[in-house]
Amino acid sequence: MIKPVILWTDALVFLLVGIVVVFAFYARRHEHLRAPWREVVRGRIAVASLVVLAFYTLTGLLDSVHYRKALPMQDGQVEVQYGGEVFSLLDALLGDVGSQVEKTYSAPFAYTLYTRETVVDENGVQKRIFPRLKYGGAHLDDPATQRGADIAARSLAALWQALAFMLVLTLLLSLWLAGRWRLSPARALRRLLRGDSDVPWRTALFTIFLFALLAALIVNLASAWHVLGTDKVGKDVLYQTLKSVRTGLVIGTLTTLIMLPFAVTLGMMAGYFRGWVDDVIQYLYTTLNSIPGVLLIAASVLMMQVYMDTHPELFETMAERADLRLLFLCLILGITSWTGLCRLLRGETLKLRELDYVQAANAFGVARRVILVRHLLPNLMHLVLIAVVIDFSGLVLAEAVLSYVGVGVDPTTMSWGNMINRARLEMAREPMVWWSLLAAFSFMFTLVLAANLFSDAVRDAFDPRLRR
Amino acid sequence: MTQTLLDVRNLKVRLGRGGNAVRPVDGVSFSIARGETFALLGESGCGKSMTALSLLRLLPQPAGEITGGSVRLDGEELLAQPESGMRSIRGGRIAMIFQEPQTSLNPVMTVGAQIAESLALHKQMFGDAARAEVIRLLDAVGIPDAPRRYGEYPHQLSGGMKQRVMIAMALAGDPELLIADEPTTALDVTIQAQVLELIAGLQRERGMAVLLITHDLGVVAGMADQVAVMYAGQIVEQGPRDLFYAEPRHPYSRKLFAALPDSSKRDRRLTVIPGTVPPLNQAFHACRFAERCDRAWDLCRRREPGWFELAARRGVRCHLADPGVEAPPEAGSGADEEERHVAAPADGAGHELLSVTDLKVHFPIQKGFFRRTVGYVRAVDGVSLSIPRGETLALVGESGCGKTTAGKGILQLLRPTGGRVCFEGTNLLELKGEALRRRRSEFQIIFQDPFSSMNPRMTVGDIIEEGMVAQRIGGTASQRRERVERLLEQVGMRPEHRSRYPHQFSGGQRQRICIARALAVDPRLIVCDEPTSALDVSVQAQILNLLKDLQGQLGLSYLFITHDLSVVSYLADRVAVMYLGRIVEEGRVDDVLDRARHPYTQALLSAVPALDKDTQREIIRLEGDMPSPANPPAGCHFHPRCPHAMDICRVRYPDTEALSPTHTARCHLLTS
Repeated sequence: MIKPVILWTDALVFLLVGIVVVFAFYARRHEHLRAPWREVVRGRIAVASLVVLAFYTLTGLLDSVHYRKALPMQDGQVEVQYGGEVFSLLDALLGDVGSQVEKTYSAPFAYTLYTRETVVDENGVQKRIFPRLKYGGAHLDDPATQRGADIAARSLAALWQALAFMLVLTLLLSLWLAGRWRLSPARALRRLLRGDSDVPWRTALFTIFLFALLAALIVNLASAWHVLGTDKVGKDVLYQTLKSVRTGLVIGTLTTLIMLPFAVTLGMMAGYFRGWVDDVIQYLYTTLNSIPGVLLIAASVLMMQVYMDTHPELFETMAERADLRLLFLCLILGITSWTGLCRLLRGETLKLRELDYVQAANAFGVARRVILVRHLLPNLMHLVLIAVVIDFSGLVLAEAVLSYVGVGVDPTTMSWGNMINRARLEMAREPMVWWSLLAAFSFMFTLVLAANLFSDAVRDAFDPRLRR
Repeated sequence: MTQTLLDVRNLKVRLGRGGNAVRPVDGVSFSIARGETFALLGESGCGKSMTALSLLRLLPQPAGEITGGSVRLDGEELLAQPESGMRSIRGGRIAMIFQEPQTSLNPVMTVGAQIAESLALHKQMFGDAARAEVIRLLDAVGIPDAPRRYGEYPHQLSGGMKQRVMIAMALAGDPELLIADEPTTALDVTIQAQVLELIAGLQRERGMAVLLITHDLGVVAGMADQVAVMYAGQIVEQGPRDLFYAEPRHPYSRKLFAALPDSSKRDRRLTVIPGTVPPLNQAFHACRFAERCDRAWDLCRRREPGWFELAARRGVRCHLADPGVEAPPEAGSGADEEERHVAAPADGAGHELLSVTDLKVHFPIQKGFFRRTVGYVRAVDGVSLSIPRGETLALVGESGCGKTTAGKGILQLLRPTGGRVCFEGTNLLELKGEALRRRRSEFQIIFQDPFSSMNPRMTVGDIIEEGMVAQRIGGTASQRRERVERLLEQVGMRPEHRSRYPHQFSGGQRQRICIARALAVDPRLIVCDEPTSALDVSVQAQILNLLKDLQGQLGLSYLFITHDLSVVSYLADRVAVMYLGRIVEEGRVDDVLDRARHPYTQALLSAVPALDKDTQREIIRLEGDMPSPANPPAGCHFHPRCPHAMDICRVRYPDTEALSPTHTARCHLLTS
């Protein structure tokens, strides 16, 4: 028995997905929107980054379907009671990794703790030893000798699974392409493997293979080992890193969703109406820009914190509380970051409003709001799109910085920023604990790098000034 | 004189790679003698600029590549030179000036420093010697007060001055050959006359050869010794100027002459060249002009014509010139069709449709934190004119004289500061909001730039329909669609074009769509704001024909804003000449063009490059540039440049003087 839970950010994330899907269908039917996207997916780097982003998005979406488990029925109980803990589909896929908590630090693929403990053996003698882990490598009798073989066997299994998956995927793809290219499936397959196509399918397949292999390795190894070790309270680091993906994506996308209406409407109004409207909007964003952003964010987040602390009755579960704080962080980041895009759009609108086609619409007596929507907005969309993809990586990094400062997401929310914040102390201890930082760093780095490369490709395709 | 300076043989250029590679220059051969002016004439996209750039090996990289041929300067092969060798040739032995003086100068360097840079490179001149030489050069190109101009920045100079600075910079290396790529296209006609005269004078003085690239037959007539016509990447005809102008041999050259509008063709349709220049990304196996040629027969579509020498340095690329081929006789019916009389004006002509009295459009100049108004730019300062039904009034003037602002003020796209605009008895200045919006269907506008006048994100059908939707005319959606298709046919396009996007059409086609868009709301008056100045001569003829036909069919009135006097003489019934926000002379087209009385009109007319060199009038040189409308000179605005200025001109603006019932002017010369 489960009870679905829809958190605020879940709803907004799926709203965003819906918008993207609707836009995709709209763009399919409009050549001027389709053409630049077609150019984007012709670049090898762009396609590889797109695959990376797709895997991150998939992880994030799986982690956005939440539910609560029913508690076992007690005697005489009529109504079903649900547990206070909120799970997601990702938790279900990963199995028990989230609940396999050790006592404290352990290194990647370790079978003992990272610290010595004093234990009393059966002879009553006190000893300082590295005790065995409760879960990591617990299925082996003699891990010291069997560990290598076990990891190798599990990795090999993962490799076979990934290869089998890729085989099926390649065949399906060549069948589909055979229909589009009007070739026999065998010839389509050969052409696909030669890399002789407009869209670099071979690159896409190779990147998918890398990620499929990674996923298979995680599924096979994580049930028996702590692949990336455990943290201070014994929680699996890999699990935390995967759960952090959603936080990063939410911050990167929802902030833009919140920012866009401000930036677009105010920027267009300032540029089109001029006069006092322009003055008011300019003063507004100049003032907002002069306040140090971190200060504003810190003040708002702390106020929110106090409010939530004094009203605990508003939240059924801890997850809801943490989620609201995440949403609020997006909101405040959005409110402080619309100014740049707004300024850009104002300038572009100032230029567009003098163009002949806007003048022609004026000469027809077309209403001003129609001119804004029909003539100006579509010709500004490329700027908006470029700004959105470029801002994304900046916002993911901003979350890490804010959490490090302590005004970011809730400490109970798993996020890369929180992990890095904790790693500050771990790096200082002797012997050093390095895996937490490394895990957060490499996952965040991959995402931001892919986002940056993708945004470069999008800008090249959409910016008319860069056309060759 | 006859010693060859530059010899180009079979030059070929390719842009891009693979199946879509474009060959903008495909086997071009010519030679330039020392001290000669060689004109390369052609429409846009025919490869003349690419030819010039490839002589200097300045093709856009990495796309451009010279794939064959030879370029010899004084017997020295330029294509075999290493890049370091080319650096001393560029700017040293061959110099180049470009079309846009605005973008060819570095805005953060003083004019003097930019010229001195060239001297340091090519003559190793530095310090005071270089400074003295720069000032001498600035003097040579006719810049007054050269020592002061030395330290000024490009933005402090006018367009004509900047082009002079560009020429001074080109002269710095004492070039043997000057390549001038459309040097006067961006300039006004009076400034153009000054710059052309300067180039011709310098050439005589220095014995330098000039490669003049232009699309303007008039400029060529005044300047060139030898003319070559380019079409689709090849030279189709070459010859000494006098022979070429007396008897052009290639059908394309003949059509170019025939397509030029002037007063003698008023009652006829202009000759048009149907179709467009073929795309250059294909391999040609036929004559490149065959599709558009009225003399073409099956041989033209089978075999590419070779080059036929007719005389020394005179040749043509056409099967008609081949003595071994018997050409079919010239068809008579086609010519008749084209010279058909333009339809007579519709009934009801002659009644006044629009009358503008004392129109003023002033823009406030605001300064400081509180935007205090410190002055006004008097863009339009008391313009009065009237247009009868079914007639065309041409508003003529140089850039910056306020003619476009006047047009927009009449249409209420800019709200005028004062005056009356009576459209069929209603003063449009008194209409506001919804009342004005409803009247907007009756007066429409066609813009100069066919590329920016349509929203690139809308289909042609939606663009044409927009006005009908806004004005709630045209009935249901399907009726509107039918009307869009009818309109497209009316302007010479096909109904299925309605589902395409503007970028899929050429400049001339887009201008047709813009005309259809304006016609969609059944206007009575159309303001045409330089509708043909961005188009080639052959396309311009198509649009002018269309405008004239529509006037005949629908009884439209046009306010035709232009700087091109040949178009005026072909199309207009009445002409108003504008200078610095005011109309200085107005009258019927023959009054103004043949019996101009105002010194400005006379200067404007004399500056137009004439096709026929024998009748070329003495050019009345106007000193300096048009003053700023923010700070017009006291008295008559024209007096600082006027060759006949008197004392009274500096004191008082002259009143309107009626010279005949149909001809007025504002000049003190006419009262005294």
